[in-house]
Amino acid sequence: MRTLLRFLYRYHFFLVFLTLEIIAVTIGFRYNKFQQAAFVKFTENISGYFNEKISAFTDYFSLVETNRKLAFENAALKNQLQRVYRSDELFFFSEEDTLYRQKYFFTSARVVNNSIHNMYNFLTLDKGREQGMRPEMGVISTEGVVGITVGVSQNFTSVMSLLNKNFHLSARLKKNNYFGSLSWDGVDYLHAQLTEIPHHVDIHPGDTVITSGYSAIFPEGIPIGVVEKAELRDASFYTASIRLFTDFKHLVYVDVIGNLKKEEQRNLENRFHD
Amino acid sequence: MINLILRNIARFVVLILIQVIILDNIQLSHYAIPFMYVLFLLLLPFETPGWLVLILGFILGFTVDLFEHTYGIHTAATVFLAFLRPLILKVVAPRDGYGSNTYPRIYYFGLTWFLKYTFILVFFHHLFLFYFEAFSFHHFFSTFLRVLLSTLFSVTLIVLSQYFMYRK
Repeated sequence: MRTLLRFLYRYHFFLVFLTLEIIAVTIGFRYNKFQQAAFVKFTENISGYFNEKISAFTDYFSLVETNRKLAFENAALKNQLQRVYRSDELFFFSEEDTLYRQKYFFTSARVVNNSIHNMYNFLTLDKGREQGMRPEMGVISTEGVVGITVGVSQNFTSVMSLLNKNFHLSARLKKNNYFGSLSWDGVDYLHAQLTEIPHHVDIHPGDTVITSGYSAIFPEGIPIGVVEKAELRDASFYTASIRLFTDFKHLVYVDVIGNLKKEEQRNLENRFHD
Repeated sequence: MINLILRNIARFVVLILIQVIILDNIQLSHYAIPFMYVLFLLLLPFETPGWLVLILGFILGFTVDLFEHTYGIHTAATVFLAFLRPLILKVVAPRDGYGSNTYPRIYYFGLTWFLKYTFILVFFHHLFLFYFEAFSFHHFFSTFLRVLLSTLFSVTLIVLSQYFMYRK
C-alpha cells in the first residue's frame, strides 16, 4: 500500500496528465463525428486486414464443398443451354450437321475410383441408375474426353476409361475434318494414338483432335488432345501420337452426356444398313 | 496571493474573450489560424505545481472547445502543452536558473528567452491540435504547413501582446 502511494506520489504529474488526456481524447472521439468516423475506419482497416488473412486460410476447408456446388451448377447451366438449343433442333435437325452436338444433356458426377496404370483402366462414378445413368453414355471432363459408361448399378457407374485397350472412338482433326480412329496402346497415360488418317491428309504436330460425333455417344467437337507427332505407316495411313487434354491423374469431377436420340439413330442405322 | 489568483482569473477570461470574439473571426487563411489563448498557460508562475497546470490546461481547452464546438480537441492539445511546460522550462532555463519573485515574462528574461519558450510550446500545441483535428497523415504536408504558419501567427500575437500589457 505504501509503495503504491509512493508510486502515485512520484508519478502523479504523469498520471494526472494521462488521465486528463484520455478524458479529452475520449470526448474528442465521442462528440466529433469526423474523428469518430476516421477512428472506426482506422480500426476497421486493421480488423479487415486480419479477417482477410483468416478467411484466405479457412477458405481451404470449404474447397471440397465449393467444388461440388460449382460442378452441380455447371451441369445445371449446361443443361439449360442444351434445352435452349434443343428447341432449335426441330428446325435444323435434318440439315445442319453442326447442330448434332445439341442433342445432348449433361449431368455431373464425382470420380470415386480411378486407375491409370493397367492395360484396361476403369473409373467409378458416384451416380447410378437411380440418378439417370445408363450404359454407353459419354463421359467428359472440363478438359476433354474421359471414357464411356459400361456398367450401371443402383448408385454407381463403371466407366471404361479412354486409357483402356478396348476403347475406340471416332475422332477427327479440327482443322480439316478428316477422321480416324482413336485408341490407346497401353504405354503412357498422357498419350493416345490416332490411326487411319489417309496419307494425303495434311497433319502436323500441334493440330487439335476432337470427337467426330458419329458414334452418337459423344457430341461433336469435344476436345481430345493435340497431335504430338505423326508418322506414315505402311504408306497409306498415318499413325499419330496424341497428347491428351484430360489429365487422368487428377480427375475429380466429370460430366456424363446423355443422348436422347441415340436409340432412334441406332434403329434407323440398323434398319437400312444391314 | 489572492491578488495573483484574481489576476490569473482575469487573464483567463480576457484571453478566452479575445480568442472567441476576435481571433476566431479572423479568417486570414485556411493555413494561418491564431490560437493566442494558450498564453494563459505560458504566463502562469514558475511555482505553479504541475498537476495544477494540467487541470488549468484542461479547463482552458474545454472552455475554448465549448465556444468552438470542437469538443475535446483543444482540451487534448492544451493538456499536452501543460504536460510539456515543465520540461521546456528546464530546457530553455537561463544559466543561473529562474530566480525567486520572477515570472515568465520578457521583462525578466529577455525577448530571446521568451521567444524560444513560447515558440516551442506553441508549436507542439498546434502540432497536436491540427493533427488531432485532421486525424490522419493523409495530408501530412498540408497539415504541417498549417501548423507552422499558425504557430508563427500565434507567437507573433503573443509577443506583441507582451509589449502592450507589460510596458515598463
